[in-house]
Amino acid sequence: MKPRQSNFWKVFSTPLVIALLSAAGLFAALLGDGIWDGLSWIGLGVPAILGLKGLLQRS
Amino acid sequence: MKSKTIRRWSFVHTWTSLICTVFLLLLALTGLPLIFHHEIEHLLGDAPQVREMPADTPHLNLAQLVQAAEAHRPGEVVQYFGFEDDEPNTVLTIMAKTAGTEPNASHTFMLDARTGEALETPSANGGLMLFILRLHVDMFAGLPGKLLLAFMGVLFVVAIVSGTVLYLPFMRRLDFGSVRRDKSTRLRWLDLHNLIGIVTLTWALVVGVTGVISACADLIIAAWRNDSLNTMIAPYRDAPPLTHLAPATRLLDIAGEVAPGMKPDFIAFPGTRFSSEHHYSVFMKGGTHLTSHLLTPVLIDASNLQVTAVAERPWYMDAMGMSQPLHFGDYGGMPMKILWATLDVLTIIVLASGVYLWVVRRRAARPVLEPAQASA
Repeated sequence: MKPRQSNFWKVFSTPLVIALLSAAGLFAALLGDGIWDGLSWIGLGVPAILGLKGLLQRS
Repeated sequence: MKSKTIRRWSFVHTWTSLICTVFLLLLALTGLPLIFHHEIEHLLGDAPQVREMPADTPHLNLAQLVQAAEAHRPGEVVQYFGFEDDEPNTVLTIMAKTAGTEPNASHTFMLDARTGEALETPSANGGLMLFILRLHVDMFAGLPGKLLLAFMGVLFVVAIVSGTVLYLPFMRRLDFGSVRRDKSTRLRWLDLHNLIGIVTLTWALVVGVTGVISACADLIIAAWRNDSLNTMIAPYRDAPPLTHLAPATRLLDIAGEVAPGMKPDFIAFPGTRFSSEHHYSVFMKGGTHLTSHLLTPVLIDASNLQVTAVAERPWYMDAMGMSQPLHFGDYGGMPMKILWATLDVLTIIVLASGVYLWVVRRRAARPVLEPAQASA
């Protein structure tokens, strides 16, 4: 089967957004306290919650 | 992707993961309590109680603190004084028989900067948390242990990259986040392995790479000594050994004058591995949040207190400085620590499910192999 370009983006677009959010989260708290900490909790919260959700969902 | 290409990536993913899994499980499990080491030490009662005194109580000068330290542990010398922003009235003190004594044989405690009173920090010298830390850092095997763990970290990074490549063929016909729960246990865990693996990708890569850098710290410091430090102290190569040290009283003022806008992080006394035989090294950190992880050493002649050099920071020392917060997860308050722990647990699940999937596949492949072997 031939890989089509659209396949790549169909599979990787969501993971890419999550990866960018995580990276922003890791970086944000290095820049300051307060709002920057808050941004980092959002950025790192997204992968943590998505992972837990997949794990704990029953049906 | 051709099936041959998939098979190759699959081979890389299987074997890099399998080789590093046992070590990564050890690192992830010991890393979990280490995220909360501060809180655990408080719970265990190992954190020193700093005396309440009026906020403007003056500090002793550094020479007086050196005397207080020497009175507390007669026969030993001060190796390092450390300064922490959240404990401005204490000075972290590390002493040993000689300045050159290796770190694991040193004794760490705190001095009250106002009274010179010694406050013991038992968790820095022994006990459960230090045991866990040593398991995490070098498995009690010194430099070879660190380098072995660094190599396992490199395998982990290769496993993450190859796993990401394989995510494409596995997920081509599935929506993001779909977990097939109704087919078989193997499929359910395959989907979970892929899902959790891909969402924790960035975090695991960053913690993996910064862990490798930290594990190579001894080599990085040795390179710094060979490179920058040796050039700076070249004029002292043939100087006779110091018989007595000029008092440390004004070290912070002297360093502050040549490194404006920076704050002291620690002082390495003459003869330690962060200094030379003839210098006090005051390591100054940047004044902003980001640059507070980057250290600039100021070398001060220990016989006449003249500044010998304000060192340039080689890039690898900066890389080591930035690796620490990004590995420890201690730079964004308690919510970040909880997220760090969650992502760590998720990584443990990815590791364990990876082993499970490999075992199940092998078992499934065996009946096909056995008749072939029997006929051979």
